[in-house]
Amino acid sequence: MATVQEARQKMMELTGDQAIAYGAKQAGIDFIAAYPITPQTIIVEKLSEYLADGVIDAKYINVESEHSAMSVVIGASLAGARGFTATSSQGLMLMFEELAVASGMRQPVVMAVAMRALSAPINIHCDHSDFLSTRDQGWVMMMAENAQEAYDQTIMAFKIGEDPSVQLPVMYSIDAFIITHNMENVYTLPDETVSGYLGVRKPIHRLDPDNPMTFGPLALYDSYFEFRRQQHDAMMNAYRVTKDVFVDYERMSGRKYSPLKNYMTDDADVLVFAAASTVGTARQAVRKLREEGVKAGVSGLTMLRPFPVPEVIETFSKVKAVAVLERMASLGSPAGPHYMDLASAVYPQLDVRMYDFVYGLGGRDIDSQMIARCAKTALSDAEHKRPNEVRFLGVRE
Amino acid sequence: MSFNKRYKEMEMGAVIPACTGLEFKTGDWRTQRPVIDYKKCVECLICWALCPDSAIVRKGTKVEVNYDYCKGCGICSVECPAKAIAMKREEV
Repeated sequence: MATVQEARQKMMELTGDQAIAYGAKQAGIDFIAAYPITPQTIIVEKLSEYLADGVIDAKYINVESEHSAMSVVIGASLAGARGFTATSSQGLMLMFEELAVASGMRQPVVMAVAMRALSAPINIHCDHSDFLSTRDQGWVMMMAENAQEAYDQTIMAFKIGEDPSVQLPVMYSIDAFIITHNMENVYTLPDETVSGYLGVRKPIHRLDPDNPMTFGPLALYDSYFEFRRQQHDAMMNAYRVTKDVFVDYERMSGRKYSPLKNYMTDDADVLVFAAASTVGTARQAVRKLREEGVKAGVSGLTMLRPFPVPEVIETFSKVKAVAVLERMASLGSPAGPHYMDLASAVYPQLDVRMYDFVYGLGGRDIDSQMIARCAKTALSDAEHKRPNEVRFLGVRE
Repeated sequence: MSFNKRYKEMEMGAVIPACTGLEFKTGDWRTQRPVIDYKKCVECLICWALCPDSAIVRKGTKVEVNYDYCKGCGICSVECPAKAIAMKREEV
């Protein structure tokens, strides 16, 4: 696969939402079912424009709810279509039942999620509670830092999900407003490069009147467990396939992806673990910490499911402390969702001490000084062997 | 579906051949059976149209109950305008 030189890649000014719609257009989607919800709406709005302009050849169904959106996309996928939808917050919660249907029926539908706070009280701003709440539903899940990653992950999502050894739905996410509505320069591949890379979807089974099959039968205690076990294997395959896709995509685009984006981690004493757009802010914090003589680094999460255990172990084995930043309060849990993943990944192999910081709920801003303080606190707590307690950053207490 | 296969031998996503329901007789769930009094039957076919499990079989305008699949829900009995279908308790 030859690299498409940057000169041949068109640089476009796109918001995160527009970048996703453009990627989905190039991916040759056959089918869209969607219900608008802020701040995702621009994605499906843009796709409807493409359709009206005759730029894409797809079927688009406006449905009355997100529950229907996901149901209808699953149906289209069963018929062999390359299906796409997008949602956010309450919409994702309404889809919840169908998320497990998509993965259980092994349909490689792709969905973009604009991560937004959950009601109540109602709030439209950035928060990861919607996306992270769905982490156990059998979807491959990625988190994009900016519009460029959102565009690239749109294309890679289809490649990963449709791999014969995976056949799982793929969800990927961007931060509400911070990425959905901010405009960036995005390098886009030529149409023929993307269509050549993804080709036409080849379903393993599909609804076919000439060869009728039963999809979604009853499976009780004598067979259900085995089907879940198959999904675990598919997830493990997705780990390998995603890494292969990252390598191929880098060859094609020149842009490097990895399950964990490490920055200045090699000689670090303390790491900041973050996801989505906060990874960029964390890099800024780490540069300032380095100027002060604190050996800090950043581990930014790209692949949430399957969780990149080997990368986490390798990276965390060299440090004393990790400040884990969570944009979700896992209420009543010992720690937030990232912390629980990380602690399970490193236990019992590593001796690293991790400290949990909940930040930015409902879109509250986080800046590099706050992150720098988290890193220093984590380092000091580790040196004094203090236990972890969930802390809430920037709350008026 | 075969219940003794290992998980790797089973079809991905529980996709199975069509019409497997034909292999199972489900009428034994029934506690009451509909019995048609053909002297009262007016051959309106309402029972045939409304049976949720297609267990009323039509031959021309005559109807019969397929007891292999009838679950005994009683919809046919309630809806029959001629009151020609009685629900009788199944004897064990």
